[in-house]
Amino acid sequence: MKIGSEALLEVRGLGKEFAQRRTFSRTRFAVRAFEDVNLTIRRGTTLALVGESGAGKSTLARCLALLEKPTRGEIRFEGANLPALRKRELFSVRRKIQMIFQDPTSALNPGMSAAEIIMEPLVIQRIGTKEGRQARALELMESVALPAASASKGPLEFSGGQRQRLAIARALALEPSLLILDEACSGLDLRSQELILELLGRLQRTLGMTFLYVSHDLRSVAEFADEIAVMKDGRIVEQKPAAELFENPEHAYTRELLAAMPSMETICAGRLTEAAL
Amino acid sequence: MKFLARRFAHAIVLLAAISFFSFALIQLAPGDFFDAMRVNPRISQKTIDGLRAEYGADKPFPIRYARWLRSLANGELGVSLAYNSPVGPILAVRARNTLLLTGVATLLAWLVAIPIGIWSAAKRGKFADRVAGAATSTLLTIPDLLLFLALLLLAVRTGWFPAGGMISPGLEDAGFWSKAGDIARHLVLPALGLAAVTLPMLVRHIRSAMIEVLEAPFIRAARGHGISRARLLWRYALPAASNPLISLLGFSIGTMLSASLLVEVVLSWPGLGPLLVEAILSRDVYVVVGAVLLSSVFLVAGNLIADLLLFAADPRIRLDSRGVNG
Repeated sequence: MKIGSEALLEVRGLGKEFAQRRTFSRTRFAVRAFEDVNLTIRRGTTLALVGESGAGKSTLARCLALLEKPTRGEIRFEGANLPALRKRELFSVRRKIQMIFQDPTSALNPGMSAAEIIMEPLVIQRIGTKEGRQARALELMESVALPAASASKGPLEFSGGQRQRLAIARALALEPSLLILDEACSGLDLRSQELILELLGRLQRTLGMTFLYVSHDLRSVAEFADEIAVMKDGRIVEQKPAAELFENPEHAYTRELLAAMPSMETICAGRLTEAAL
Repeated sequence: MKFLARRFAHAIVLLAAISFFSFALIQLAPGDFFDAMRVNPRISQKTIDGLRAEYGADKPFPIRYARWLRSLANGELGVSLAYNSPVGPILAVRARNTLLLTGVATLLAWLVAIPIGIWSAAKRGKFADRVAGAATSTLLTIPDLLLFLALLLLAVRTGWFPAGGMISPGLEDAGFWSKAGDIARHLVLPALGLAAVTLPMLVRHIRSAMIEVLEAPFIRAARGHGISRARLLWRYALPAASNPLISLLGFSIGTMLSASLLVEVVLSWPGLGPLLVEAILSRDVYVVVGAVLLSSVFLVAGNLIADLLLFAADPRIRLDSRGVNG
């Protein structure tokens, strides 16, 4: 088991509020997305963040991907506290944390070709020469099983599953140590989901990448995640190794989620035999 | 290509319908050009009948329409009763002036609106955005006519700009550059007024289109790669937001044209506006129909240009017309 490895990213007491104002009113009030979140993501493992929609998962994911600033708390990553960093310092951290979005169609710039899309982060981060970036783009397309011949096609000429793999190739261009996947499979058909999960598994084995996999569906993460964190109403109610969570759910809400899974028995049986081996 | 062919055919049908209906509508209105003569006791009924026959005004509607269509083919567009000459050449000069005015005004309005709209969207809810919002709302609530009259007042009171016309008397035969300079000075106020009329609409649309795009995941992804704000706004967000904005360009040409009629009358710019008003008042049928048709041609052409640009700018439309679907 990989669970014992050191922490890559540690979240302590993280909270995010959005200031809002009612129409025609001067007083501001805060809408809380999440509060007092503690999480540990271990190097080379997959942590699944599970909860119903509106629980604050996506906002949390965006804060960890440095797309939004948390209101309070710490994100410890490679010895630095990310929310305290200045813009210039964040620029280099961004290479190491990348995010995949739910809808690959809107996540890819429709005006660019596949190769340009993959090179985009390299251009922005000013890495490599033009030729080097081009070669790297083709290499990455191959690694996500997209034909290199389609490098000049626009993103809309690919199927949904291919688009998501293109988005993954783009994220991989910067060789991040942490990849955050926000519902990355939920819009796709089963075969495409399978292909992407296979790809992620291979990346983890060969490159030792770390994943934070956000999903509303406990079932879909059951066989993929090493650890599972359950989120409800802006709080993490439970974080545990996956097998343990299925075996011995502590929190009432986790049990509720488990009960909502139609094929719970079969998966639990599978987990149990795996644990026994 | 199918997309463009369809749009083009659509435009032709539309123009044919407009010509027919504007022709029919002005026939339906009571009275004609010769009414003013009828009340004049020194002109006999016989003279009037003779004139009516000469200009074909005594023929039934379908024949007149058919004759007009034939004269359309040779560019005459019928005969102006007031000017006693073919309508085509009269319209051509006026149309050129209107095009100059609306062209300059459109350019001006967009050049101002794009940076303001982008800035507002980038600073959404912040002070700069609220100031821009308040300013556009204010401008939007001022009636066009009041604005034009205020400009006229400015011209008359300060004397900074000529109060009307297109060229100063005596300069008609001057050299090209002094003539161009003089026309430019005359152009300032009407172009400003016309630009101000469409500016608030443009700013609002640009702002909302940009805000929508800025929420898109691919913009978020680019921010996640550490992109600079200027590059994000101009190179990523603006092209992505351009689709609705290009349609807006076609639409804004339409608003410009209808507003230009008014500004031309108030600031006496010798375009289609004053000609149309004059022609309607004197029931100079063919001039009215010609001017209406020409305005429609501009409008339709504006939309066609927008469609063409859309075709060039948006990969989704190109794919659709090739039968490839996302």
